[in-house]
Amino acid sequence: MRFGQLSYDLSHLLGGAVLLLSFVLLYQRRIGAVINAFATQGTLLAMAAAWAAYAQGTPGLYLTALLALAVKGVLIPLALHRLVRELNLHRTVETALGVGPSMIAGVALVGLCILVTLPATEGARLLSRETLALAMSVVLLGMLMMITRRNAISQVVGLLSLENGLILAAVGVAGMPLVVELSTAALVLMIALVAGVFAFQIRERFDTLDTGSLEEHRGEQR
Amino acid sequence: MAAVWSVLSQLLHVALALAAAPLLTGVVRWLKARMMGRRGPHPLQPLRDILKLLRKRPVLAENASAVSLAAPYLAAGAAVAAIALVPSFARGMALAPLSDLILIAGLLALGRVAMALAGMDVGSPFGGLGASREMSFAALAEPALVMAVLTLAILAGTTNLDAIGGSFRDGGLGLRVSLGLALVALLAVAIAENARIPVDNPSTHLELTMVHEAMILESSGRHLALWEYAAQLRLLLWLGLLATVFLPLGQAPAGSAPHLWIVGLGAWAVKIGGLALGLAAFESAIAKMRVFRVPEFLGAALLLGLLGAVLLFVSTGLA
Amino acid sequence: MLTALALLVGLLAALGAAAVPLARAANGGRLLHGATALAGFLLAAGGVVGLLGGPATLDLPFGPPWGPMRLALDALSSWFLLPVGLSVGCAGLFALGGAYGPVPARDLLPWPIFVAGMVLTLLAADGFTLLLGFEAMSLASWALVARDGAGAENQRAARIYLGFAGLGGLCLMLGFGLLAGGAGDVAFAALRDDPPEGARAAAVLALLLAGAGSKAGLAPLHVWLPLAHPAAPTHVSAAMSGAMTKVALYVIARFIFDLMGPAQPFWMGTPLIALGAATAVIGALRAALEEDSKVLLACSTIENVGLIAVGLGLALAFRGADLPALAALAGGAALLHALNHAVFKTLLFLVAGEVLHGALSRRLDRLGGLIHRMPVTAWAALIGAAAAASLPPLSGFASEWLLLQALLTAWRVGDIAFQMGVAAATTLAALAAALAAAAMVRFWGLVFLGRPRTPRAAGAEESTGAARIALLVPAGLTLLLGLFPGPVLDLAEPALRLVSGTAAPRAGWFAIGAGDGGARYWPVPVALLVAAAVGLAVWLVRRRAPAGVQRGPAWDCGFIAAPPHFPFGDPAGQPSAAGFAQPLRRMLGQGLLAAHETVTMPGPGETRAAVLRSGFADPALETLEGPLPRWREAAAARAERLRALSIRQCLGLTFGAVVLMLALLAWIGAR
Repeated sequence: MRFGQLSYDLSHLLGGAVLLLSFVLLYQRRIGAVINAFATQGTLLAMAAAWAAYAQGTPGLYLTALLALAVKGVLIPLALHRLVRELNLHRTVETALGVGPSMIAGVALVGLCILVTLPATEGARLLSRETLALAMSVVLLGMLMMITRRNAISQVVGLLSLENGLILAAVGVAGMPLVVELSTAALVLMIALVAGVFAFQIRERFDTLDTGSLEEHRGEQR
Repeated sequence: MAAVWSVLSQLLHVALALAAAPLLTGVVRWLKARMMGRRGPHPLQPLRDILKLLRKRPVLAENASAVSLAAPYLAAGAAVAAIALVPSFARGMALAPLSDLILIAGLLALGRVAMALAGMDVGSPFGGLGASREMSFAALAEPALVMAVLTLAILAGTTNLDAIGGSFRDGGLGLRVSLGLALVALLAVAIAENARIPVDNPSTHLELTMVHEAMILESSGRHLALWEYAAQLRLLLWLGLLATVFLPLGQAPAGSAPHLWIVGLGAWAVKIGGLALGLAAFESAIAKMRVFRVPEFLGAALLLGLLGAVLLFVSTGLA
Repeated sequence: MLTALALLVGLLAALGAAAVPLARAANGGRLLHGATALAGFLLAAGGVVGLLGGPATLDLPFGPPWGPMRLALDALSSWFLLPVGLSVGCAGLFALGGAYGPVPARDLLPWPIFVAGMVLTLLAADGFTLLLGFEAMSLASWALVARDGAGAENQRAARIYLGFAGLGGLCLMLGFGLLAGGAGDVAFAALRDDPPEGARAAAVLALLLAGAGSKAGLAPLHVWLPLAHPAAPTHVSAAMSGAMTKVALYVIARFIFDLMGPAQPFWMGTPLIALGAATAVIGALRAALEEDSKVLLACSTIENVGLIAVGLGLALAFRGADLPALAALAGGAALLHALNHAVFKTLLFLVAGEVLHGALSRRLDRLGGLIHRMPVTAWAALIGAAAAASLPPLSGFASEWLLLQALLTAWRVGDIAFQMGVAAATTLAALAAALAAAAMVRFWGLVFLGRPRTPRAAGAEESTGAARIALLVPAGLTLLLGLFPGPVLDLAEPALRLVSGTAAPRAGWFAIGAGDGGARYWPVPVALLVAAAVGLAVWLVRRRAPAGVQRGPAWDCGFIAAPPHFPFGDPAGQPSAAGFAQPLRRMLGQGLLAAHETVTMPGPGETRAAVLRSGFADPALETLEGPLPRWREAAAARAERLRALSIRQCLGLTFGAVVLMLALLAWIGAR
């Protein structure tokens, strides 16, 4: 597989698009736009999985694609939008670290991932090596988003996009066993997370979604 | 014979670009008006405006220097020179060896500096404000452009626009993430350079947010006509550049005879029309951003360009 | 040729000695400056002859106790004679135009010595001679910076400069020592035979970057430069920025391309690339924020030095990666930019001096509208500023085009970490170039356009005679170098051969190119194209539009009309230097230069005005003047405490030291 072949090109492009969406998540400051970007990322992930199912001839991955599309592309974003509406967070704009520095940090993280992944995967297939670099970048960018945001919903979105990166890695590497099962299990976990417990409880106790206000209750002085 | 064709195609290209620039601006305005439910002015209105302005005698401030007199011509000349280098319907035009992307960026910078200096000539606050913002935003837009050029240059092996268009058309480079990222960066730069929404609003004089208009606020008569015309040429240049690099289909190859130009002309009209439609739709759908959000926007474009180049290193290093 | 140049150095030194009697004569200053200017142009001519002829060596009949002083003229030193000679020549001409009556000897004496020191550094063929020249250059320029003892700012600048000069000399000395190794012979021929490897090479490079790099203005050792360069008299500022930084870059080039041998690995170039890119950005950003014209130009010098260092580093990396054609490209970019920068920066400093002379201020906020009163200066300055802003078809664009081409092809070095680093360096170089354009527009626009901000500026007058020629010569050279970079690169071919290790491709008359199959830049056709397009615009407009313009009062944008005691309008109604810098200060200054803006609003009912304060500080200078002295104090206090130790504690300390030494010994033995 190399450039110019459709099967390679499409996987490569979809992986890159998922990474691009991670950067969009970092760039966006409005919660609504963040959720929409996340929905797009989920949809792209579903397309990547579907294409991998077709190209690798593993029909099980179609299930992963379907799940990703239904849950990440539609259900979770809808639920998050609903949450935002109910909590009246439409216009919230907040970041702990500025957009510029977090983008610079993001690009540096991608560079780091490439430097780490390429030597470690010597001898593997071309596509898997590249996909692994992309997927690891998505994971790290998700983490970065979690630590640079103060808002619980943005942090949840960061966690979810981190999980997107994991699935991308699992899907991209051909012949990985239990991909479907793993992704399903991860999804269930995610849904449980998002099911509002997190957000609603904070809301109930502290009347805000700013996780910064949790710190006052840790029993230690900052 | 090929030399004759290349000279002829160059002349035709320049004449076409000079004629099409006001029309393109008019079409974009008309499309935007239609999308917003208005009837909109006739697409030839910008041309009529320019002809009307040309007949008027300009008014200059008492302390205006020769810079005010010369800058509009220099800016328009730089724009014409730059657009002469961006292929439209055919490749291999007479000036093709000159059509270097960094040179085109330099010519655009020449026009920009002329405009900034003209804005500062009288010493009015708005002129200085516009010049300061324009030069500052360009400080981020230019590296973003260079980053996009880096990706293109690695893939094509040169920064010559004509050669890049050729190798993208014939080369079977495939769909690449890096190209997508370069496209995003170039689009952002194009929006900023042409003072379009969301960076600047080309159709207002709202003082607090304007960049481009602030510099030419003092201009009138033939000077204003030249500024407007230079801006229209720049818009056509950027759309033409995007079309040449990313949509090279239909361009007549180098040294081809005139019968192939007709196909190229049609393809060019379709591509520019499509891009104009996209621009109008984009501008209708989006709101202008705050002035001090623009650096973030351009900085993001810059970093995406860099990311594109980095990912390209990965794939070229592997292949 | 070399003998003639050596004689010229001797004559310059003698001229310095003769300055004391000359200073008493009525025309002594003019004589001295005229002679130095002549020497400068002769040096440039000598450089050209040296490039066309072959290399030469010369052993002087005197020298240090262990051997003769050795001089040599090869292609690299010949090439660097060009920027030094042209810069010194123009600066001397300017000083000639400005000298009237008797001048104090301490203002005259160091100037020829300074020039002699620079030339001696370029001609040196052993470490001792090079250090002698380097130190003469440092000390003479320090004397010129410190000459104006009255101002506290000048004193501070001179103090910091002296500190950096001492550090630089020390580092270079150590570098030579390390390079010579056990043999102790510092003749270049002996050093070449025993090139350093591995850790020793890296240490030499580090010492070199601290020694010559601090003199050139490489970050983070650039902080003295914006203080010292502007503090000197104008012609010295011009020579310091135009020529002295080039001499420092020559020392770097001499070390990395010649003395350290041809077999260095490609990563040896990375420190130069990284430091150069960082230097370029910090210099350009400061140039866009500074409010004093000479400080602004000094910061722009830092930017250009950074770009040249990137070129040198790339050339070294390419040579290490066995890509000689690309090494020639990058080296050509660096050498050409060194020459171009020397010419246009000399021009700009002389313009700043002329403006200081005519309008009695260096502060942008006290100038304005000078294009009406000083037209020749204004147009010459526009040429220099446009070249510094790298606009085609001027000289700055040609060399920065080459540098960008070299950066764009750097991915051919196969290492992926290097590729990523160079991609980031490309971003920074492009950012620096664009920032420099913003800085130059701000400089020229605020000084020459608008309305006068003070009565002094309204009554400015420009000088004629030699000072005017001193502006016109570099302006013309800037145009010529911009239009014909090809022949200049061909002239540099022997130097490029030394840099890249193989014969460099010929550039030809009208184009410079990025290797086979790469892009080419054709300055003359581009200039003709732009001229034709402008002509077309003029012709088209003339056909339809009525001729002439109508004049009216400037629109004041709704401000209250200025009171009658402001005959030139309200200064606050014009963009100020700080105001013009505001977008960049907010965009980049906050992150890189700790820029700040604070608004103090009066409370309700108070009648005082609201105050907006803004400013920035270079973190490197803050470190130098803040923590470093504090650490020194802390270390002294700590040492003080040792005296109060009890005998048991003293013994314990000694015991600990012994155990530590033993452990170290064991560790070394185990390895």
